[in-house]
Amino acid sequence: MLKQQGWIVPVVGALALLALPAVLTPYTQELVVKIAIYAVFALSLELLVGVTGLVSLGHAAFLGIGAYVTVLAAGDSGGSIPRVAALAVLAAAAYGVFVGALSLRTKGVYFIMVTLAFAQMAYFVFHDTKIAGGSDGLFLYAKPSLGALNLDDKQHLYFTVMVTLIATYALLALLMRSRFGHALAGIRVNEQRMRAAGFATFGYKLAAFVIAAALAGLAGFLLAVKDGAVNPELLSWHESGAVLLMLILGGIGSLRGAVIGAIAFTLLKELFQLDALLGPLAAHWQLTLGFTIIGFVALLPKGLIGLRARLAGVGARAGAQHG
Amino acid sequence: MRLLPMRLPSRSKLSLVAAAFCALAAVDAQAQATGPIKVGFMLPYTGTYASLGNMIESGFKLYVQEQGGKLGGREIQYFKVDDESEPSKATDNVNKLIKRDQVDVLVGTVHSGVALAMAKAAKDSNTLLIVPNAGADAITGPMCGPNILRSSFSNWQPGYSTGVVAAQKGYKRAMTITWNYAAGSETVKGFTEAFEKGGGKVMKDLNLPFPNVEFQALLTEIAAQKPDVVFAFFAGGGAVKFVKDYAAAGLNKSIPLFGSGFLTDGTLEAQGAAAQGLFTTLHYADNLDTPRNNAFRKSFALTYKAQADVYAVQGYDAAQMLVAGVNAVKGDLSKRDALTAAMHKVTVDSPRGKFTISAAGNPVQDMYLRQATGNNNEFRGVAVKALADPARGCKL
Amino acid sequence: MDLPIFLVQCLNAVQYGLLLFLVASGLTLIFGIMGVINLAHGSFYMIGAYLAFVLAPYFGEWYLTKLLVGVALSAVFGFVLEWLFFSFLYQREHLQQVLMTYALILVFEEARSLLVGNDVHGVVTPEWLAGGFQLGGLMSYPWYRVFASVACVLIALGLYFVVNRTRLGMMIRAGASNRDMARGLGLDIKLLYRIVFAGGVALAALAGMIAAPLSSVYPGMGGSVLIICFVVVVIGGIGSITGALIASLLVGFVDTFGKVFFAEYSGVGVYLLMAVVLVWRPEGLMKRAY
Repeated sequence: MLKQQGWIVPVVGALALLALPAVLTPYTQELVVKIAIYAVFALSLELLVGVTGLVSLGHAAFLGIGAYVTVLAAGDSGGSIPRVAALAVLAAAAYGVFVGALSLRTKGVYFIMVTLAFAQMAYFVFHDTKIAGGSDGLFLYAKPSLGALNLDDKQHLYFTVMVTLIATYALLALLMRSRFGHALAGIRVNEQRMRAAGFATFGYKLAAFVIAAALAGLAGFLLAVKDGAVNPELLSWHESGAVLLMLILGGIGSLRGAVIGAIAFTLLKELFQLDALLGPLAAHWQLTLGFTIIGFVALLPKGLIGLRARLAGVGARAGAQHG
Repeated sequence: MRLLPMRLPSRSKLSLVAAAFCALAAVDAQAQATGPIKVGFMLPYTGTYASLGNMIESGFKLYVQEQGGKLGGREIQYFKVDDESEPSKATDNVNKLIKRDQVDVLVGTVHSGVALAMAKAAKDSNTLLIVPNAGADAITGPMCGPNILRSSFSNWQPGYSTGVVAAQKGYKRAMTITWNYAAGSETVKGFTEAFEKGGGKVMKDLNLPFPNVEFQALLTEIAAQKPDVVFAFFAGGGAVKFVKDYAAAGLNKSIPLFGSGFLTDGTLEAQGAAAQGLFTTLHYADNLDTPRNNAFRKSFALTYKAQADVYAVQGYDAAQMLVAGVNAVKGDLSKRDALTAAMHKVTVDSPRGKFTISAAGNPVQDMYLRQATGNNNEFRGVAVKALADPARGCKL
Repeated sequence: MDLPIFLVQCLNAVQYGLLLFLVASGLTLIFGIMGVINLAHGSFYMIGAYLAFVLAPYFGEWYLTKLLVGVALSAVFGFVLEWLFFSFLYQREHLQQVLMTYALILVFEEARSLLVGNDVHGVVTPEWLAGGFQLGGLMSYPWYRVFASVACVLIALGLYFVVNRTRLGMMIRAGASNRDMARGLGLDIKLLYRIVFAGGVALAALAGMIAAPLSSVYPGMGGSVLIICFVVVVIGGIGSITGALIASLLVGFVDTFGKVFFAEYSGVGVYLLMAVVLVWRPEGLMKRAY
């Protein structure tokens, strides 16, 4: 069962996020927005991987679909925020139903491979066909708005993204505490037993899959609005791999871990690309990243959240020797 | 499962985050300066287009050097970002130059998809942008702006001029083949427009995903349809492979192959016998026998110990345009309107021949017909004189 | 589409399918026997292709020798890689295997970038395989492609022979069906796994070497092959070599004829095929059958 963690830290974090613009430069503020969007993306996958135990290697497809539909729906005038966002979320959820219904027929490694393959299918639709700009992607010429709220304004965008992040976090926290969430956790631990207890596990898994897809689509909407450009690479398996990495970096099994993982991963990528820090290796940052991942998974399988417990464990042992 | 009670974020995590922010803030702070003009190159320094990126930068710096190394009396500070020809990273990369380094002028790039992102960012932030290669029609089309200029060509131009030539030669049925990306589809559109205006018909458009080079199934399809002529757009390694595969399939004996100049530019040595006799059109030919071109090629060879190519010319001309503008405002970049107006009015004395700039920011230039002979694309005549891109969608 | 052209397209489809089979058989073998999901398998294909490019100047016309040397080098590489890295993955859960092998891809790609650079390179076909024979009025079919298909068929037969008719094959099948029992009976499972892994790597690398003149070598070639391989393994059934063969040929046909009839959507066709198979037989066409 998922331990219920205190609410103090998330609330403090949320307040800090909302206050940050006062101290940030424009470049760093954009970075924080990027991290927040990826945090929403990671949270959506947490529902699948951490809560339900379904390892999906194709989650980026929903991010990409949400982003592309945003650009296509916004058109020349930008459109209204609720309409465009809803379309993006619905499109992602619809593809989630298709992929979920088919891939949940498989288990374990098959599931991983099948989700990857379906993400690749979506990638090819956007990369090869004339639906949307091909490999060069599409551009958002006018950003959506709602009354006075105009996402073209950097401050408005910042607060919209932060509010979305906080709302997603809260939604998932509530979900995890609900009967539905507990059922998902039960499925993760022992699906057979849940079935014996009378739960229609396929339905629950599919529901989790579609919700996760919808939330990823929402992240895609935000990403498209922030960047003003979408590209088929958003659906690539590198993106799917990256979000899984965020989860394992932060620590699987908690919402906090997802957010921390998103922060850590994005910052690591930025750091590894800084000439100032790494010199000639900066151009080959994927090498550094690769080794870091291997090290992390090998040595810190519980992620950054597990780091404290590990250090505490070491300290306690040392203390016991002296005490 | 592995769930751990946690009340406070661990200190190690917090310090990691704090350290990261400090590092980034420090880099941010550097980006303030008055005095030198900041020129930001966003070019491919690695990857399949790396040599093109280097040629462009070399050409640009050669012209600046010829002017005494200063722009309008001011020193120049160069910034560089490697765009890796990746459209997905383009927005992040260009923001490094615009927001972090706060450059006055952006110069780039080779890949059309990346250049589109640059144009968008330049438009949003009103930064001056000179495109020294990428031919995406949209840059001087829907995305045009007074602060966005190009010193190279639009994808439409070489396609159109090849179509004119093919129609003049009397061909009636054509097939096109290219990669499925902006450069490919726009070049093909140009060809189709001219070819069909000249009385021909394009039967089928074949394409494959970039940078795939498995042409076998498509070559078989060409053999099945038996057109009068095939028009191909590929560049770099793909161009080499296509021309060779076309010959290997025996098609070059019965169906003539025409291409945009990039099919044979810089690739003739690798293509060897397969490319001999190929007709292409481009806004430059290496052996253009004019005093200006000869002087340029000599100067380039002396400075860099390498033969100049069309990319070096485009970089060189980008610098010419910028210098014309900066000199007109005597180095005061805040007089943006006068600066861009001067850049639009200039007649560039380019090694390719003199050309002017259209209102949308694209060169209005002569397109030359070339034929692959030995290891050179030899000049055979002017295909179209003073060809202007129609700049569809540009609201200037 | 007239008959000669149709036959040529069939030849194209079979040739592509057979090459795919070579890569996929390695993947399904490694997964079927050791239970490790290896995302880096496509990288082995890439390594083989780049080996073909890098070794070309040294071997010139001695093409077959070059292939043999390449196979030997990759087998050794696979052996060492298993020993140093993969043997630790057997106990780990799938997510960790996915992430570690994904990280391995990044490492391989960057290593390739550092050692050979990022350019696209062509690999020349040897003189004795150059040219083609006339098919229909207009086209000639390259000899090299015939060579590729024939080589793949021979290797497939060899694989079948090894797995079904030799002691090693017997040990492989034993280790696959029950690891602990096999160990209890005295089989050196560790060494066996190492050999199987090396074999899988060699197969993928060989496929890359053979494909290099056909598709050129370029960054990212491993990734595209990998995902198609996954599709093949899902359609054919994990652990089944026969299934991999059938699935590879199916994929070859769907891809080739898709390119001709559906141009833009050809990339999607293969995945639709997978979707159909999933609806009908979620565990693959042939499950685990040697």
